[in-house]
Amino acid sequence: MAPTRTPAVAGLFTEDGDPRGFRLLGTRCAACGALFFPREDDFCRDPGCTSTEFIEVALSPRGRIWSYTDCRYPPPPPYPRDQDREWEPYALLAVELKEERIVVMGQAVPGVRTEELEVGMPVELVPGVLHEDADRVLTTWHWQPERATEGTR
Amino acid sequence: MTGEIAVLGAAMHPWGKWGQSFVRYGVAAARSALADAGLAWDAVQSVVGAGSVRCGYPGYVAGSTFARAMGLNATRVTTVYAACASGSQAIAAARDQILAGDCEVALVIGAESAPKGFFAPNAGERPDDPDWVRFRLLGATNPAYFALYARRRMALYGDTVDDFAQVKVKNAAAGAQNPNARYPKAVDASEVAASAVVADPLRLLDICATSDGAAALVLTSLDFARRHGADKPVRIRAVSTRTPAYPRSDLDFPDIATDADGAGATAFRAQLAQAAYEQAGLGPDDVDTAEVYDLSTALELDWYEALGLAAEGEGAKLLRAGDTALGGRIPVNPSGGLASFGEAVPAQAIAQVCELTWQLRGQAGGRQVPGARTGITANQGLFGHGSSVVAVR
Repeated sequence: MAPTRTPAVAGLFTEDGDPRGFRLLGTRCAACGALFFPREDDFCRDPGCTSTEFIEVALSPRGRIWSYTDCRYPPPPPYPRDQDREWEPYALLAVELKEERIVVMGQAVPGVRTEELEVGMPVELVPGVLHEDADRVLTTWHWQPERATEGTR
Repeated sequence: MTGEIAVLGAAMHPWGKWGQSFVRYGVAAARSALADAGLAWDAVQSVVGAGSVRCGYPGYVAGSTFARAMGLNATRVTTVYAACASGSQAIAAARDQILAGDCEVALVIGAESAPKGFFAPNAGERPDDPDWVRFRLLGATNPAYFALYARRRMALYGDTVDDFAQVKVKNAAAGAQNPNARYPKAVDASEVAASAVVADPLRLLDICATSDGAAALVLTSLDFARRHGADKPVRIRAVSTRTPAYPRSDLDFPDIATDADGAGATAFRAQLAQAAYEQAGLGPDDVDTAEVYDLSTALELDWYEALGLAAEGEGAKLLRAGDTALGGRIPVNPSGGLASFGEAVPAQAIAQVCELTWQLRGQAGGRQVPGARTGITANQGLFGHGSSVVAVR
């Protein structure tokens, strides 16, 4: 039996087959329009607004690298990983979204090294796998540097 | 401007990895602080404990834990928790009680027994907790955030990894003069460069360790201090505990996104310092020394700018000129900072005030800032707890 595909955390991005394509999901305050990611469903954080109603919105899938680093050592739980496999560092990006201008963190697609990255480099949101074992596949988002286009030197 | 209170006693239990109960460290620091103040335990009217989440239930109720260990004496008791800002919140609580006339003598204690390795969130499946989410989804440890800030400085201001290493060299030189430091020895730049990269561009020696340790203060009304014979005590003139203002543009852990563009990424650190200056009726030009939260070497440079000691982007310039080293124009982290101590979370902001107290009294020995009259501390606790204390003498 094929392992089940489950979002590593529910409600933060679109599911497989969504007509909007693969997108991060935030919410907008129905009263003042303030944008929240990760989603806010209870209280508008704008101090001048008391709204408790929110509309789900798909965020723009492109942005530019605000900053970046990598994780050379295994993070502690609840980061899911196979203890028996050798640790492979991954790059971690903070990306300023093109339209909303908020900064959103995410892992880079596997294999990206920090030497290839630059602040200001354009990146694109792509579906990714955080962890996989016999029973389950935990899905997430990754940032993919737009190598073939502008930004690389 | 709010009223002032006196610091009559200050003491620490040395930082290290001692493997004992945090209560032992806390009581040792408290008894030393009382001795420093020339007061007995029965003179204390209020005990304020800075809480710890890493020492089981006794840590959650640190105030009564310390009071019980010292012998329950029917004092007022308070426990506060605000992550890294717990210590300054404890000072603020004691100050409020003293200024309100509820008590004249308060004992403030923070102590920690820290686990090895990266700090991790509480156990369980908790998707509503941003601290759980950042570890679960991204494996984003605290050093990963420090590295994002460091890389941003490199891209925006041209800071280099050599600049960051020089912060460690500077702080280690000061820490070598501090008997309470966990690493009381000089470090040179080649040792920093030879240490392993933890989160590019930061290496192990750029990042503070997690430590055991304790710090305590005896705080009193100015009137009590005078009656007790302390004519010119160190005074706490301001305690800033403010939150950020919405929308947040700084990427502060444990959050994985901002509310606004990243242009004002250091705004909150500047705001919390500004609140302390305003409360104190002082400004950056009045400051003789500062104790800042150097969770990483690069972060210390952010603090220079947040405190107004350097213009935005010019923190490294201040460092390169030697201005922030002992013997410089405005020594920062004369204690040796977190670089020499490691972080004992609930004790750290109290330890910063201990160092200011010794500096302002002229008791700092080989790390003394000559003629220091005014000092400021700065720190921030998770989820937006500002923390900054101004002390004068």
